[in-house]
Amino acid sequence: MRKLAIALAAALVLTGCGGTDQPASGGSTPTGTSTSAATPVGDVTVFAAASLTETFTQIGKDFEAAHPGSHVKLNFAGSSALARQINQGAPADVFASAAPANMQQVAQSGSTVFVRNKLQIAVAKGNPKKITSLADLAKPDVKLALCAEQVPCGAASKKAFQAANLTPKPVTLEQDVKATLTKVKLGEVDAALVYQTDVSSTKGDVDGVTFPEADKAINDYPIIALPKATNAAGAKAFVDYVLSGKGKAVLSAAGFDSP
Amino acid sequence: MRVARRTRTAPGVLVVPAVVGLLFLVLPLTGMVIRAPWSTLVSRLASAEVGEALRLSLICATTATAICLVLGVPLAWVLARTTIPGRRFARALVTVPLVLPPVVGGVALLLVFGRRGVIGQYLDSWFGITLPFTTAGVVVAEAFVAMPFLIIAVEGALRGADPRFEEAAATLGASRWTAFRRVTLPTVAPGIAAGAVLCWARALGEFGATITFAGNFPGTTQTMPLAVYLALEQDPDSATVLSLVLLAVSVAILVSLREKWIGPSA
Repeated sequence: MRKLAIALAAALVLTGCGGTDQPASGGSTPTGTSTSAATPVGDVTVFAAASLTETFTQIGKDFEAAHPGSHVKLNFAGSSALARQINQGAPADVFASAAPANMQQVAQSGSTVFVRNKLQIAVAKGNPKKITSLADLAKPDVKLALCAEQVPCGAASKKAFQAANLTPKPVTLEQDVKATLTKVKLGEVDAALVYQTDVSSTKGDVDGVTFPEADKAINDYPIIALPKATNAAGAKAFVDYVLSGKGKAVLSAAGFDSP
Repeated sequence: MRVARRTRTAPGVLVVPAVVGLLFLVLPLTGMVIRAPWSTLVSRLASAEVGEALRLSLICATTATAICLVLGVPLAWVLARTTIPGRRFARALVTVPLVLPPVVGGVALLLVFGRRGVIGQYLDSWFGITLPFTTAGVVVAEAFVAMPFLIIAVEGALRGADPRFEEAAATLGASRWTAFRRVTLPTVAPGIAAGAVLCWARALGEFGATITFAGNFPGTTQTMPLAVYLALEQDPDSATVLSLVLLAVSVAILVSLREKWIGPSA
């Protein structure tokens, strides 16, 4: 028993070390922050939806350049997974969600919609199956991949098909939008419903087809400086940067719509 | 008797990490049982999707295990008993799926058996067969990931078995096939059973390669682990219930197999 106690004590010491480590690494940055008299923001931890991977990586770099000495730590995953992590106590300062529902799970109020995203039909380059509308996706000779209803892009797809009064027959319901897009890229399916930003992120590997019902299923992306943020000033500065002209420019270049 | 005395004087250096290790493995499962939504358990279980996913999981894992037995046991024999060139290299290759992240395995399967894959394109154009998004695709993904477990177990058993029995059978006029069937197989049967159980369990829990290669559709390719993952996106309580079902079924089957085949001492 004594040995067990020693082992536990050792474990506590080790985790204690981990705890003191963070302020120490934060303390090493003041050399940078002291040079910028205006905005000493330190480390900002940002949890962002997977569909924001490319844009937020860019915005993070721009933010660090604008605030010397700051460091943006990004964590990308499905919005629902991120919401779950935050509610279980993950140390996040900012949360950017791909759906208001996931934002609701974390914070009832205080978030701002910063972009919108619309669905597009992703097809193989050159559109060999000549798909021009949502109705074409319900044809029996078209292999279709959709996001599962449990994730935001799947919920949006369902709304779009309902608006068009169509019942699609997908061969697969993928776990996230990037997996759905991959099935088109690899040629395993003829078409898929993904966000317009996902189509543009392939830089021409797949073609996008717009359709009118997409307007009935627009996804709002809310962002928030979390009330429990350990770095409240940094969180606010990052959210302000995303909402600023510079942040918006990066987002609209990637195909996001303004709210 | 001597064994018993040794156990009594087991040094703390070994016992402490052993106890911590046991707790580490058991605690998460205990937590799941504690947090399970027991009050709504029955109504959640009644949904058709659970039964469908469970049925599909059992069918696919069992079929994959059968395929692994048919292909894996002869391969294990070749690796353990022959001296053909490239045997060591083949042995290393067999273990690759063990270290490969299953998602990568799924992508690799797509690149080979997919509609545009190296082999898949001919399967599609000559025979009209496409594996992705079919139940057969689930079986292929599970067999790919689980077969190394069987091969390693059977090969280990073969290496442990005395080859002189086979040689004796040969001197008495048995052909190599007869010796394999009548001498080798019965000797290593416990090893094969253990390997098959391990293989089946791995196939039952398979997620990454399945969702990547076979996709996810209820009734066709949505096995229990896929159902758990998607339930987690929206309703963690349902995910817990599904996990409990999977846990209960696998424990029940493993325990019954252990008693019937491997024997209580194993």
